[in-house]
Parts: sequence; structure tokens; C-alpha cells
Amino acid sequence: MNHKKIAHLFILTGLSTLMLGLMFGVIGGVQYIIPGFLKGLLDFQKTRPLHVYLVISFIFSSAVGCVYYFLPGVAGRKLYSPRLAFAHWMCQVVILVVVITGFFLGHFSGREYLEFPPALVVVILGGWSLLIFNFFKTMNTRFDHQPVYVWSWATGVIFFFITISEAHLWVLPYFHDNIVRDLTVQWKALGSMVGSWNMLVYGTTMFVMEKITNDKSVGRTKTAFFFYFLSLTNLMFNWGHHTYIVPASPVVKEVSYIISMTELLFIGKIIYTWRQAYKAAKLNYNVMAYRLFTAGDIWVFLNLILAIIISVPAINFYSHGTHITVAHAMGTTIGINTNLLLGCLIYLAFLQAPDLADKYKKYFAVAIPALNISLLVFWVALIVCGVLKSFDMQDKVPFATMMQHLYPWFALFSLAGLFVMLCLSLILLPLIAIFYKSLRV
Amino acid sequence: MKRRIAFISLMTLYAVYSVWIYTRGTDTVLPMDKKQAKGKQIFEEHNCQSCHQLFGLGGYLGPELTTVISDHGSLYPAALLKSGSGRMPDFHFSPPQIEAIIAYLTYVDQCATTYKNTGTHPGS
Repeated sequence: MNHKKIAHLFILTGLSTLMLGLMFGVIGGVQYIIPGFLKGLLDFQKTRPLHVYLVISFIFSSAVGCVYYFLPGVAGRKLYSPRLAFAHWMCQVVILVVVITGFFLGHFSGREYLEFPPALVVVILGGWSLLIFNFFKTMNTRFDHQPVYVWSWATGVIFFFITISEAHLWVLPYFHDNIVRDLTVQWKALGSMVGSWNMLVYGTTMFVMEKITNDKSVGRTKTAFFFYFLSLTNLMFNWGHHTYIVPASPVVKEVSYIISMTELLFIGKIIYTWRQAYKAAKLNYNVMAYRLFTAGDIWVFLNLILAIIISVPAINFYSHGTHITVAHAMGTTIGINTNLLLGCLIYLAFLQAPDLADKYKKYFAVAIPALNISLLVFWVALIVCGVLKSFDMQDKVPFATMMQHLYPWFALFSLAGLFVMLCLSLILLPLIAIFYKSLRV
Repeated sequence: MKRRIAFISLMTLYAVYSVWIYTRGTDTVLPMDKKQAKGKQIFEEHNCQSCHQLFGLGGYLGPELTTVISDHGSLYPAALLKSGSGRMPDFHFSPPQIEAIIAYLTYVDQCATTYKNTGTHPGS
């Protein structure tokens, strides 16, 4: 089996998990507006982890699939070991089946985002070690002269290993039996883990952009590396804004606040280059992948503004623990990660099966703007929920009354969530058909 | 070469900062006793954080529980733990399990100095 087939397996796994994850997300949304919906059969206690785990699996599987696909071309040699890559995929599938079955049966670790029993992390780490080994053996070169996307990929694969290990330090009583340490380390690991998958997604996007625009200089400029190192700094130290209300050392808050403000440089860059970006977007309007990349850029801008606002301690105190945090998470995972990844996958689909992809182009053309409009409604509804909840919390409104106040906004975000799922299905189902057919050829 | 130096320097800083977080940065807390630790384990095994938050970490379908004991005393949460509610499932907790969870929530409440110093509670 060659590296392309293995990449297809990862991508098909990712696309399927996203379809399933969206379905559980919509069920979770209904549970917000119809209390007791599927109570006893599939409680929110199960739908939420199923949704979160499956969507995160999509991001990692698809990003890793793209890395396996593009890596040999970048390195100028064959993938070091397709067998190890296949074994990595097998580990991922086994974990997927075990975790989903476990969630249905009610086996949890009770940890935010990584709710599967901790013993399973051994298999995840084992599978990921195969990727690390394969990646560096295939590159087998000094990194100094490599383009920035190779640095991003390398950082992503290393930091996922580090952060998922760190996220399981809680199994040691030294961490578990100290709530402040436990929560702080949990946020630290999760915040940096998001940074690790961002590195994989951005690296792949930069590579595809280089191919679309046929401009090899983009990934090699000093500016590109400056922003890579700034992203790396944020990955390492910009998680603390989640822990402002955890009674850890004030230094955590100060470090995080300073690093958060460096995000203004990203905003400055977007504003400074918007005219150029607009011209390029117009020029490449017919390229479906480019439309998704442009949408991703807009979401980067919106989420950066939101991130900077909620990083100000005085605002964070009121916004944290409200749906504003969910808006930030959804804007990042759907608006940025999903738009960019689907852009990369559509680019790959046109490479693999141009005729078939062209047949589905009309669906992509309808789904891309509809998806982003639905997502904008979803995002705004969550922010409004968060603001209203924050006011109610300050007024010490009882929780049940608070939920009644928020009901219309819950209904709006649930409806918008349903539209997000439908629009994404218009992209995902054709992609599944294309990659499945390519796998069989 | 410059890029490698920058990368290694950042990794070194990250390692030092991590060790500090694992030790002095988070070393300011009450010890957790066995009953409270048991309560934490039950809280985790039933995935309570998918609906409830502690210090802002968790889901939003149920109320934040960081200061639930200060706000409502222990009887109200104990009653909910015993039989559930419209949204909350009945987990069929035994009386010792309920006591352990309440002990854990009391411990969390005692640690919540950041909530109490300001006079406002980011949860209800």
C-alpha cells in the first residue's frame, strides 16, 4: 500500500467522524431546547463527549492524512515506511471504535475534551510515535532550509505527543489531589494541544496555497518564519487566559496576558495585507479550495478579535464560563480548522479525481457560503447567550430562570447548528464518494 | 542556524515554565482528604463536567458548581444528586457516594478564593 492510499484511509476516517460528530452535536443542541430529550437513552453526558471526540478526530485524521500525502513530495523521497503509517491508522481506528463504544456504555475519565479512559492514551501515543518516526525518517534532513510548513508539521507532530501526555498527568495523585494544579495543567495541556493541531492545519494550508498560487517564496520569507515563531510562542504560553479564575500563581495570568496581546500582531498583518489578499481571492475565485481558505482567513480575523477581548482579565472574569468561550471554540474549530482542512481536501479531491470533483463543484459552490453564513449566525447567537448569561450571573439570577432567558438564543444556535450540519454534509458526502473511489482505483 | 537556536531557546523556556507550573506555580492549596478524593473520582466517572463547570472548565447545560456549597448549602445539591431533575439524569448514587461528592464540592468551594475575593460569583 503506498502513502497516498494510507492518506486516503486517514482522510476517509476523518470525514466519517465529522459526519457522526455533527449528528451528535445537533442532538446536543436539541437537548438544550427540549429538556429531557433522549433522557436515559443518550443523555447530554454522552452526546457532548461523542461530539467533541469525533470532531477532534476529524481534525487530526484529516490533517495527518494530508501530511502523509504531501510529505514524500516535499522530502523528495518515498515515505520511509508505509507499513508503519498503516499501523498508525489501525491504532487510530481501534481507538475510535473502543472510545465510541465506551462512551455509549458510560465509561468516562471525566476530563474535559479527553473523556475516554486514560489507559487508552498508551495506544494513542504508540500510534503517534509511528507518525513521528516516519515523519523525521522521511524528511531525514536539516531543517534550516526547509519551508515554514515543514516546521509547522514537525512542531504539530511533536507537540501533540507532548500535550496529550501532559493532559494525562492527572493519573498521578500529585496532580489529581490538588485541584488547582489539576485544572491548571489540564488547561495548559489542552490549550497547547489546540496549538499543535493548528500547526498541522496551517502547515498543510500553506503548502496547498503554495501549489495553488505557484509561488514558492511564500513559505520561505522572513515574515513567514516570524509568524511561525510567534505562533509557537502562543502555543507554548497562551493558554493561561482560561485559568484566570483558577487560584494559581498570578504570574500565570501575567504571562498569558502579555502573550495574548502579541495576537494583535496577527491582526495587524491581516489588516496590512487585506488588499493583497482580496486581489488574490478574486483571482482564484473559481478554485473551491481558495474560497474556503478565504473564509478561514475571515474567521481567523473574527476569532482573534474575540480572543483578544476575552484575554483582558477584567472582561475574562465575566466572559469565562459563559457561551462566549463556546463561541470562541466553535469559531476556531469550524470557522478556521474545518474551512481550511476542507479547502485542502477539496484541492486533493481535484488532484485525485478531477472529473468527479468537477461534477460535485456545484454543491461545493452552494455549500461554502451557506456554511459560513450559518456559522456566523451560530457564533453570534452563542456570543449573545454568553453576554446575557454574564449579566444574569452578576444579578444572581437562579439558574433555571437564566436558562429561560436564554431560550430564544439557544433555539437560534440549535437551528443554525442544524444548517451548519446540512451545509457541511453537502461538502462531506461528495468528498467521501471521491476519496472512496480513489482508494479503490 | 538562527531558526534552530530560536526553536531550542523557546523549547527550553517552555520546559522551565512547565516545571514551574507543575510545582511552585500551583502549590498554594488545601490538601484533599480521602473522602474528597473519592468524591472527585465519582464526579469524574459520571462525567459530571460535561454539564457542570468547576472554575469555568466544563459544559453549560447545568449550573457552575464551584461555589454551590456557599451559595446553596449542602442539602440542595444532595437532593439533586439523590433523584436528578428535569435535565439531570438520576445516577442512582448511594448515600456514601452522595456524601463523598458533597465533600469534594465543599473542598472545591474552599479553594475558590478567586470567586469570593471579588464578591461576585461567575456562576449561579
